[in-house]
Amino acid sequence: MPTIYFNEQAVECAENESVLDALIRHKIDAPYSCQAGICQTCMLRCSEGEIPADAQSELKPNLRTLGYFLSCQCKPKSDMHVELPDSKQLYVSARLLEKTALSPTVTRLRLQTATPMYYHAGQFINLKRDDGVIRSYSLASLPSEDAFLELHVKRMPGGDLSNWLADHFEVNANIDIEGPVGDCFYSCESTEQPILLVGSSTGLAPLIGVVRDALHRQHTGPIKIYHGAFNQLELYLHQQLTELAAQAPNVEYHSIITGEMQEEVVLKGKGCDQALSENPDLKGWKVYLCGAPAMVKSLQQRVYLSGTAMQDIHTDPFETRDMHKV
Amino acid sequence: MSTLFDKIGGEAAVNAAVDIFYRKVLADDSINHFFETTDMAAQHAKQKSFLTMAFGGPNNYSGEDMRSAHAPLVAKGLNEDHFNAVAGHLQSTLQELSVADELIAEVMNIAASTKDDVLNR
Repeated sequence: MPTIYFNEQAVECAENESVLDALIRHKIDAPYSCQAGICQTCMLRCSEGEIPADAQSELKPNLRTLGYFLSCQCKPKSDMHVELPDSKQLYVSARLLEKTALSPTVTRLRLQTATPMYYHAGQFINLKRDDGVIRSYSLASLPSEDAFLELHVKRMPGGDLSNWLADHFEVNANIDIEGPVGDCFYSCESTEQPILLVGSSTGLAPLIGVVRDALHRQHTGPIKIYHGAFNQLELYLHQQLTELAAQAPNVEYHSIITGEMQEEVVLKGKGCDQALSENPDLKGWKVYLCGAPAMVKSLQQRVYLSGTAMQDIHTDPFETRDMHKV
Repeated sequence: MSTLFDKIGGEAAVNAAVDIFYRKVLADDSINHFFETTDMAAQHAKQKSFLTMAFGGPNNYSGEDMRSAHAPLVAKGLNEDHFNAVAGHLQSTLQELSVADELIAEVMNIAASTKDDVLNR
């Protein structure tokens, strides 16, 4: 059994156990969120030992070179010495410019960094509060048009960071951010390629970024947006998207009200059915699916079976730590 | 002398084939329960490794890997019919891509050579 040395504290890692699971089992306070290899919150640095390839495959080359790896995806074969990331290497400080309630549960944050960040609309960044709590949020802003980073924060029941951001993070205060991460951004090879975008709740944030980027790049192919939410109030960009669809002849906007039932369950059925029955042949399409993981995963398979190439399906399942709590 | 992998068209051919092949497998109710997963991208990548091997391309498979990887599926009832169904989808994928018959025969030979390991016999 390999031994993990976390800041030189020895921790036994069981067979087939990830470094993160071993740390959690030993009650070591290491940062993590999705536990699915997506959010990169659990990133650690290895100072000595061999890093399994799977633990680095999703990281940028420069981070790999520096010895960073995802602890939730790392099943070590031999002993490893690991430590928390050097904040100065990964994080930059961002100032809150503006905070606006978009719906009863969704707050829009606009942040500014001292040096502009290079990113694509639709990617996500990680926010780290001073006490070390980290969560991921998607970028709804467009670097070529907006001088700020826009995030849509949804209050999660019992959510540690989301409620704090909505209630206590004040304008002009600073927060550390890291990123950008992810491949959920406009990357059509032709401006005529049809695009389908389906999002639940704040899954709309990356989608609106992708749509604005597409229009900015003179995309002429059809762009179909499906947004699902609890009720009318939670369709938090209803007016903006309705206006956009009226102005841009190639943009369609469809809203889906899920009702008071758990939106993830309803969307997985009804929302998917509507988006797919209206677009049965998706061969040659570009597809973006963001939000509730059950909806994203179910739709991903159905979209693929409807003919979309795997590389043209971009997903951003909003895995949250609270869903994995035992 | 160029290899089977080169003759078929190398990695570009694998990329073209994997999407069609995996879609056929997932749409086949007699076998798709063996392929159900929460991580489609990872499953897609696995099928790409399999096709690379079947096309005679560079791969890291050993017979032992094949055995251990498929053992849980054999425990769930994976049998020769299922193996043949997957092979059939491979063959029709290659036909759809207009691969020459003699090359298809070579690919099918490589696929058939894994049968005992896959079925843990």
